[in-house]
Parts: sequence; C-alpha cells; structure tokens
Amino acid sequence: MAVNTKSSGATIAATDLRGKALSWVGHHRQVCIESLSSLLQTWMSSLMTWLVIGIALALPTILYLMLVNVGEISGSWEGKPRISLYLVHEATEADALDLAHRLLERPGIESTLFISSADALAQFRSLSGFGDVLNTLDQNPLPGVIEIKPSITDVGQLRLQVESLRTYELVDTVEFDLEWIERLFAMLQFAERLVATLGFVLALGVLLIIGNTIRLAIENRRSEIEIVKLVGGTDSFVRRPFLYLGFWYGLGGALVAWILVQGSLLFLSTPVETIAQSYRDDFALSGPGILDSTIILIVGAGLGVSGALLAVSRHLSEVEPE
Amino acid sequence: MIRFDEVSKRYPGGKDALSRVSFELGTGEMAFLTGHSGAGKSTMMKLIILMERPSQGQVFLEGTNLNRVSSRQVPGVRRSVGVVFQNHQLLFDRTVFDNVALPLIIAGFSHRELGRRVRAALSKVGLSDKEKQYPVTLSGGEQQRVGIARAVVNKPPVLLADEPTGNLDPELSKEIMNLFHQFNQVGVTIMIATHDLELVSRMKRRELILDHGRLEDNAWQ
Repeated sequence: MAVNTKSSGATIAATDLRGKALSWVGHHRQVCIESLSSLLQTWMSSLMTWLVIGIALALPTILYLMLVNVGEISGSWEGKPRISLYLVHEATEADALDLAHRLLERPGIESTLFISSADALAQFRSLSGFGDVLNTLDQNPLPGVIEIKPSITDVGQLRLQVESLRTYELVDTVEFDLEWIERLFAMLQFAERLVATLGFVLALGVLLIIGNTIRLAIENRRSEIEIVKLVGGTDSFVRRPFLYLGFWYGLGGALVAWILVQGSLLFLSTPVETIAQSYRDDFALSGPGILDSTIILIVGAGLGVSGALLAVSRHLSEVEPE
Repeated sequence: MIRFDEVSKRYPGGKDALSRVSFELGTGEMAFLTGHSGAGKSTMMKLIILMERPSQGQVFLEGTNLNRVSSRQVPGVRRSVGVVFQNHQLLFDRTVFDNVALPLIIAGFSHRELGRRVRAALSKVGLSDKEKQYPVTLSGGEQQRVGIARAVVNKPPVLLADEPTGNLDPELSKEIMNLFHQFNQVGVTIMIATHDLELVSRMKRRELILDHGRLEDNAWQ
C-alpha cells in the first residue's frame, strides 16, 4: 500500500484555473441534471407541484390574452369616434347626397358616407336575421344615415361639432359613439389593472409554493447538507442543488401553464370566433405568440429560482452540523 | 500545526466541556486523545473544524487563529482538515465512489484527476472493489474505511479521527492504525480520539488525556 500524500504542511493540491472553471461548469451541469431526474423519479408529487404552479400562472395569462384580443377588436375603431346623422324621413336621396357633400367642406370632417334607407334596410335584413319580420312591414321604417368620420379626436371639439350638426334641417338625430368608446376603454383599463393585480398575487403565491417546497426539500436532505458542510462545502455549493430544483419547479409549472393556456384557447376559439365573425369577418382569437410563450417560461423559471433563493436564505443557515 | 492556548468551552446550560486546555501538536506529529466519555474529546475535534467556537482562549491551525476566521472562511479551513467521524457521516443515497469524491468535487478537481484520486484512496483502505456499491450494503468496518478514504482523498495536511476503530474487530483496527501510521510517515499531522487504551499503548505515541475537561499531556518517553 503506497501512501502518496504530499509532504508535511502541504497546501491543498491546487488544480489550474482552467481546470477549476471546467469543473465548476461540470458541477453545475451535473447538479442541473440530477435535480431534474430527482423530480422525475418522484414524478407524482412533482406533477402536483407543477400543476399548482401551472394553474396559478395560467389564470392571469388567459385573462391577459383575452384582454389583448378585446383590445384588438376595439383597436380597429382606431380610437376615433363615428358620428351618425339620422335624417328626417322627408329627406330625399338628392338632398342627402348634397348634404353629405356640403359637410365635407366643414373643418374637422375627414369623410362622409351616405347610406340610403333602402341600403340600410338591406344591410339590416342580411345582418340581423329579422328579414321575415321586415317583410310584414308595409313601409321601410329605417331613415337614411350620413356617417361622418371626423378628423379631430379632441373630445371637447367633437362635442361642439356634434352640437352644430344638430342644427341642420334635414337631420333628425345625431348619434355620437364617443361616450361608449370612452367607457369601453375605461373598462379595459380597469380589466388590465385587475389582471395585473391578479397576476401579482398569483405570482406571489407561486413564489411561496416553490419556497415551501424547497424548504421541505432542505428538511429532507438535512443530513446531506450537514455532511457537505462538514467536508468543507461552501454556501454556494450547498445552495446550488436547491436553486436548480426551484428552477425546474418554475420551468415545469410554466410549461404546464402554457399547455393550459393553449388548451383553453383552443377550446374557446370556435365559439368565440363564431360570435366575433357575426360582427366582423376577419377576427381570429390570437393565442400566446413566441414572445409571450418565452415570457411565460422565463417568468416561471425566474419565480422558481427566486422562491428557492427565498427558502434557501432563510433555512439553509439553520442546518449546521452537530 | 495545531495549537490550543488556554481554551475553555462552556456549553449553554453551564457544563464545562473543556477548561483551560493548552497543548501544541507539531507538524507531522501523531497523537492520541483519550479520556472517559464526556471528557471533551469530541469538543476538541469540533473546535478544530469550527463546528464549535471556544468560550475562552484561542485555537490555532497552521498558524491561523481560528477565532479570526469568519463563517465565510469556515469551508476553507474544513478542507484543510480530513476528518474521520465516529458515525461515518456518509451519504446513503450515493455510491462509495461518490462519497469519497465529495471533497474533491467541492474543491473543484477535474473529472480525470477526481477518478484517479478516488481510486487511489479506495485502494489504500482496501475497498477498490466496492466503489459502485451503496454504503448500506457495506459492513460497519467498511463504512468506516469509506469515511477514512474520504478524509484523506484531498491529501489534507491534518487528519482528525474520532473513534476510528470503534466498530472494528482487533485485526481490522490494527490495519486501520497501520494506515494512519503510513499517512503520518509522509508528514500528515494526525490526532486520533479513542477509547482503545490497549491500542494506544501498543502504538507508543504521544497521548493527550482528557479528564473532565482538563488536559494531561503524556509525551511518549
């Protein structure tokens, strides 16, 4: 038995810097793989954690995507209101066309479109599905309409414009859709805040779930931590497997969330698009794109590592060899 | 190499584990630490690897005053001391190889160097054929030898052993002691805490006797 220990007072054999770096990377890779395989070995309980995290992440994501879709619809109004002038029944088509033409001369009006009562009836018949009811009427109840697209967006000026439009003799009523658009935007803003709040609360929940799961893992591997500390493992060395564990919990949860989001959108897309297409024919429910998907995964993994850091910083120092 | 200077250790609750212990163990020296159970042997070991801090006095390791070592520097100190624990302290979900490799992984050895050193250490303790086994499948003596291999694999300048032959039959005890003797021959400073007085007298080495926390130094004449 040859003992080849170095001579007395030997410093700890030092490997070169490159070797150290390689070994450091190697250890990271090993811990990374080991922590994943340990999760897969106990896949039932891991799956439970992943599902909980996934649901918590999927909920705000789905709401957010709904908002994006609603925003897209409302965005097609370009935030500009339309003014509809409903003409008196006595107005002839010639009068109406003349008025539409004259209105163009006024400042603040970009375009006008005259829809005759006959056109309006035809449109109504095709869109509303009340064609049979209309047949029973002996005369066309719909007035002619001049639709105005204003070039101004200032609400005060628009109101003045609307007031002065009321003064035309041919005009019966003026309908102005700015208010409900404002209301819609206010509601959208409220919904955005709601989603953000919900997202924040649920992210906090994910953080705590992962933190608690890591705390249990630390508890389970107490003796291992003690031994590693006894033979000179640094804090970062001891911490490493738990951070990777948190990373995998977060990433797995995000993956579950992504699947849930895609699944629910797929499930919802047919009915939603049917409804939407009865209004506009170019609507398609948009799911998470590559960017959104990447963000979901990054947020998940980030929450995982943060939750693990939280648990590790609180509980790892408590584990000291005795 | 190891120096205790008027070291006292009082545990919470008022029990004096060590009182005013002073001694010096020179580089390359080998000594036995004996005494009844509860005499303070383990406490002395714990002070050297900073599992405990002294209530009074100073402990020096390789010239470093351990009182001045911050908790961040503790791992570095522990790496320069190989410790054979009484209860082995093995990782039961890792193979023998991985257990012995642990100090090297912590110290950042390259993969190839790691395999070479682990096999060398295992062959020294006669467990070359067990590297793929798990500690549970080994006998108490074999587990003890895995612990010894792990303690020396990093070639530390100081080796501490707490009852290293506690679980071994006389034949194996002798072998282990020979092993320590060989480490000592190449300059490793060794301190062995033991009950086995017969073994101590046979080895004819310096004996530090602890009695209720007080130290008696019996250098071998």
